[in-house]
Amino acid sequence: MALGPGQFMLARLDDVARWAQSSSVWPLTMGLACCAIEMMSVTAPEYDIARLGSEVFRSSPRQADLMIVSGRVAQKMGPVVKRLYDQMADPKWVISMGACASSGGIFDNYAVIQGVDTIIPVDVYVPGCPPTPDGLLYAVNLIQQQIREGGRGGVLARA
Amino acid sequence: MTVYAKPLSPDVVSQSGNTMVLSMGPQHPSTHGVLQIVLEIDSENVVTADPEIGYLHTGIEKTAEGLFWTQAQTVIERMDYLAPSSNALCYALGVEKLLGITERIPPRAQIVRVLLMELTRLASHCVWLGTHGIDLGAISIFFYCFDLRENILDLQEASGGARMHPNYVRVGGLNGDLPEGYLARLDALIEKIPGRLRELRGLLQANPIFQDRTIDVGYLSPEQAIQYGVTGPSLRGSGVAYDVRKAYPYTGYDTYDFEIPTREEGDAYARFLVRLDEMDQSVRIIEQARKRLDTPGPVMIDDTKVALPPKETIALSMEALIHHFKLISEGFRVPPGDVYQAVESPRGELGYYIVSNGENRPYRIRTRPPSMYNLQALKGIAPGNLIADLVVMIGSLDPVFGEVDR
Repeated sequence: MALGPGQFMLARLDDVARWAQSSSVWPLTMGLACCAIEMMSVTAPEYDIARLGSEVFRSSPRQADLMIVSGRVAQKMGPVVKRLYDQMADPKWVISMGACASSGGIFDNYAVIQGVDTIIPVDVYVPGCPPTPDGLLYAVNLIQQQIREGGRGGVLARA
Repeated sequence: MTVYAKPLSPDVVSQSGNTMVLSMGPQHPSTHGVLQIVLEIDSENVVTADPEIGYLHTGIEKTAEGLFWTQAQTVIERMDYLAPSSNALCYALGVEKLLGITERIPPRAQIVRVLLMELTRLASHCVWLGTHGIDLGAISIFFYCFDLRENILDLQEASGGARMHPNYVRVGGLNGDLPEGYLARLDALIEKIPGRLRELRGLLQANPIFQDRTIDVGYLSPEQAIQYGVTGPSLRGSGVAYDVRKAYPYTGYDTYDFEIPTREEGDAYARFLVRLDEMDQSVRIIEQARKRLDTPGPVMIDDTKVALPPKETIALSMEALIHHFKLISEGFRVPPGDVYQAVESPRGELGYYIVSNGENRPYRIRTRPPSMYNLQALKGIAPGNLIADLVVMIGSLDPVFGEVDR
């Protein structure tokens, strides 16, 4: 929308801030297993996560707002995931992508943590093995919706 | 809950004095998954590189022991997630050998299996090329690669029902015939691929930056490669023409006309070229397989002890109903024995050593994952190089951690 001379807009600062925040959710580059390949697919032309403003995958947790737990979390990887989550600055959100991250999936055994929500709080779960890229895009949409409705994510949401 | 893990190494001082220890990974954009490399560095130079694996250990082999022979395939497919069909085929071939039905697999099923394997190889190499490019700062190749991969995955979804883990290859044949309209879509894709591959080649092969980063980097001598057990394109980049498809043909590969591309240089650039040439050869095989698919025929073995009876017979035949019930509720039994079966996955020789004690569940499944042996070579080729070149070496060995750690 283009404003002509002498025209102006009014908005609540909160709304503007939330709109800006929800349109630039930057995920952390953290691929774990099969789902990570589908996570890469959403950045590719066919799905193009850039439409949601989330194409900026950051390699450092300090610069990321969103953690996509993409795949099975092995017992050995658990502390790493937890540490990465702790290193992310608030507000932060977590998507648990796929059956393994959400509940252990078909790997009900000694090696896989039965759901990443046992170690970090999760905001959106995506079902599938692996979920389609559409599924992941929808999850990012839900996160955006949460932000626009005033959700703070991370520690602040649970304070 | 209890979490058993070694904390990330806080040590920054090494024994030898002048060097320092640096942990690269397990969360790192260029380690292609959850690899941690414990580096001992002297300024920018790598003194030693120790790959630390196990961050994706899933217990797949153990889980498979508790499942029926057909169910085990579901978890096995999730080892090498870039080439699920290779895993499924290798496992199915092994079990078929134990059952003694290798000769009775319908010809059409074998052709489709070859087609699937080569499509998977293309898709897998697309991911490798895209990520390898990104590691070196060539972003656009990623988009081209993933666009081609989407086309292949669409076909895979049409035939198997899922984009990534279709579980389409089954013991005894395939899970159903190719769907209607598949061949027309395949024809369209075959027409499109060669041009796409030329594009991919054009983006990187003569690129001076790419050449500077890869030529003479990560040199792997043929002797060293054989000692480490390296297979696949990484071995052929060092001039050893070993390919399971030619050496120990399976599922009818001996009837196809194709070449094994090799290079003598043994560096990262040679491995890059070998993979590109291999994609061209895959297209050749796909074209030949397509020609043979015109004649219809069964795609599952005609043996109700192993394969489910056709759905329409279940309501009419008592025997079919009993077989259906037995197969679903307790699976089939495999005669006691052991077998080693290998296939050429996109990363090299993928093998399963399968032991049966006559039960309806596998007694033991031991995997020979190509990535794991290829990754071992990193320890030999990394010392003396720059840290930045380490990324090139990892990329050129193309490990997949699902199968390294399983």
